[in-house]
Amino acid sequence: MQRIGVFVCWCGSNIAGTVDVKAVAEAIKSEPGVVYSTDYQYMCSQAGQNMIIESVKEHNLTGLVICSCSPRMHEATFRKTAAAAGLNPYMVEIANIREQCSWVHKEMPVGTEKAIILAKAAVAKVNLNTPLTPGESPVTKRALVIGGGIAGIQTALDIADAGFPVDIVETKPTIGGKMAQLDKTFPTLDCAACILTPKMVDVAQHEKIRIFSYSEVTEVKGFVGNFDVTIKRKARFVDETKCTGCGDCVDKCPMKKNPNEFNMGMDNRSAIYIPFAQAVPKVATIDAGACTMLKKGKCGLCSKVCGAGAIDYTQKDEFVSEKYGAIVVATGFNVINLDKFDEYAYNQSKDVITSLEFERLTNAAGPTAGKLLRPSDGKHPHKIVFVQCVGSRCENCAEKGKEYCSKICCMYTAKHAMLTRDKYPDTDVTVFTIDVRTPGKNFDEFYRRAVEEFGVKYVKGMVGKIVPEGDVLKVQASDLISNKQLHIDADLVVLAAAIEPDKSARPLATMLTASMDTNDFFTEAHPKLRPVESPTAGVYLSGACQGPKDIPETVSQAGAAASKVIGLLCKDKLVGNPCVASSNELMCNGCSSCERVCPYGAITYSDKEFRMPDRTTKIRRVASVNPAVCQGCGACTVACPSGAMDLRGFANDQIMAEVDAICK
Amino acid sequence: MNKNDLLREEIIRRSGVNPKKCMKCGKCSGTCPAYDEMEFHPHQFASMIDSGDIQPLIDSESVYKCLSCFACVERCPRGVEPAKLIEAVRLSVIREKGNNRMTPNDIPEKVDEETPQQLLVSAFRKYTK
Repeated sequence: MQRIGVFVCWCGSNIAGTVDVKAVAEAIKSEPGVVYSTDYQYMCSQAGQNMIIESVKEHNLTGLVICSCSPRMHEATFRKTAAAAGLNPYMVEIANIREQCSWVHKEMPVGTEKAIILAKAAVAKVNLNTPLTPGESPVTKRALVIGGGIAGIQTALDIADAGFPVDIVETKPTIGGKMAQLDKTFPTLDCAACILTPKMVDVAQHEKIRIFSYSEVTEVKGFVGNFDVTIKRKARFVDETKCTGCGDCVDKCPMKKNPNEFNMGMDNRSAIYIPFAQAVPKVATIDAGACTMLKKGKCGLCSKVCGAGAIDYTQKDEFVSEKYGAIVVATGFNVINLDKFDEYAYNQSKDVITSLEFERLTNAAGPTAGKLLRPSDGKHPHKIVFVQCVGSRCENCAEKGKEYCSKICCMYTAKHAMLTRDKYPDTDVTVFTIDVRTPGKNFDEFYRRAVEEFGVKYVKGMVGKIVPEGDVLKVQASDLISNKQLHIDADLVVLAAAIEPDKSARPLATMLTASMDTNDFFTEAHPKLRPVESPTAGVYLSGACQGPKDIPETVSQAGAAASKVIGLLCKDKLVGNPCVASSNELMCNGCSSCERVCPYGAITYSDKEFRMPDRTTKIRRVASVNPAVCQGCGACTVACPSGAMDLRGFANDQIMAEVDAICK
Repeated sequence: MNKNDLLREEIIRRSGVNPKKCMKCGKCSGTCPAYDEMEFHPHQFASMIDSGDIQPLIDSESVYKCLSCFACVERCPRGVEPAKLIEAVRLSVIREKGNNRMTPNDIPEKVDEETPQQLLVSAFRKYTK
């Protein structure tokens, strides 16, 4: 018989506000097995934990029930307490009387009654608990970083500097991501390329880092410390080991009319291309959809001019398999599609552009060599209107925009407006804004400088519609402070379009069994205290895949994710979860039902010899579970027709005892 | 509940609009084609109804100047639907006056050169309920 101690936590007024904790402690005393019960203000505090340890010794307890918050919050805490008191950590059960009781009930009697029932169920379970010992699994000392933007680059560099090998998988032909497309960065106005490209070179030259560019992750198996990942290396029709990046093929290629993705489609590139001068790896890639040699078998000019003999039209997609201990997601963001915002005439006029297109227009390596010229006629615009919150903070238009604030737009718009006024003082710049959000170091000062020193006009109000008429854009907007409607004939309109997670994030999350929110941003394990870890063990988050972020924030998060990965890879062995399935071989009838439902491939069948009652032996086919791979989901226990499969720590009789206690 | 609160409840119930959803961006007034005709503008309807400051709206001609083109409803990023609020205020004026509905026979005398066609369509929507 167990000797159970029950500890009821007040959680300040969180629980005690709607649950009579003393009544719970009193009511539970008469339950079978309970020899001691008490209540305390903060059971998770040092004093509370010491009280538990003292009680174990004093009352010779063998099992503990903690009536407190969700086990997700403090189960680990109280298991450590039990271990410190000399108990097996798995002799602890949590009755969740906060999230599932006090927070959802308003009336004290209702809350108290439910708390007592939950406590009784936990007591019933502890009566059947057995000590469990977790197994150990090895750690593959190599990390995978998915995404080669500034987030992925920084994470990879930090992990590699700690001495662990890192692979970066980037879907584009080069690493660099969005930051490589930017001109200047706020609030210091240093040039994005000047601070990013040295990092890209560091990545390329780091002996611990491998770059899989033009590649995608196609399959992820395994678990923390032991991931098996398949990477598809898309055929680029150029041998990476031979190509020197000289660019002769690019010059000679006759198929020059393909929209240049790097310049947001504002100019063209050839079918064989290097995205930009500082690309890493600096290797050409053939766009199979545009190359006549690949489509029709005619041309082959690039192959003729290539001095290195790097062109290979027969190249096929290759699949590489590698083992990793940790995976970092750094898939980043994209600008939303503006097709549905008819009122801003984005699809009707070339002179209505997004802010990312504006970055390319002002970038010295962009389509206009850094001169601010209108896309339609190449003339210098004299009146520019910036519109903020295009598709951000949209509550009702899920199909049009996003509900969240995209966070970076206020600052980059201030930057664009300021730089325009600095370079072209004859240009009239008006920014329409709902709120100007500048909660960063030196951010508000930056915005004020745009207004006070550079004469950017900020109008509190929103643009209602834009109509292209002749060579001007008729902008109709409200000015809420002067209570007027404004009509502006603009030469160029720049839309601060909302940002969204990259489209590759959703299928990747499925592969990683990592959770996402409704906007497809990856969810962190705890919004405040574990911001760079996914709830899935061994999967970490870096950059805008977790939520909109500017560069300083992305870099700090990238470093934080790296430190978590380093912490994991430093370990030689990982302690597993002992709450795994196990099969009773005497009852197993060899039907394979469990093997079929197991999502982790943890169950295998083998022939074993059994002694029969008449002293003969018989060979039977029975299931066995690999405890290192089993995640304890319990699917097999449900599928097993003979009741041979059971989950340690959540055994069928334990669950039934809980149900009985609740229904009594 | 005082008269203002009562009026506020009434207008919110009748319009089916929650003015608290307004984030005061002013896109409705930026898009409004009748802006210069109106004393109170669409964004002011949302904010004044929310704060219970409704009598000035009732006394104003603005409720008749709204074309009911619903551009503000279409473009509001928060789904506040200002035109429905304006219509609800107008209805409270009309209902207090009693029997003043419009029939198709009344139209010819109301038509003049200046009247936009859209207004007539809207007038039907407004007056023939």
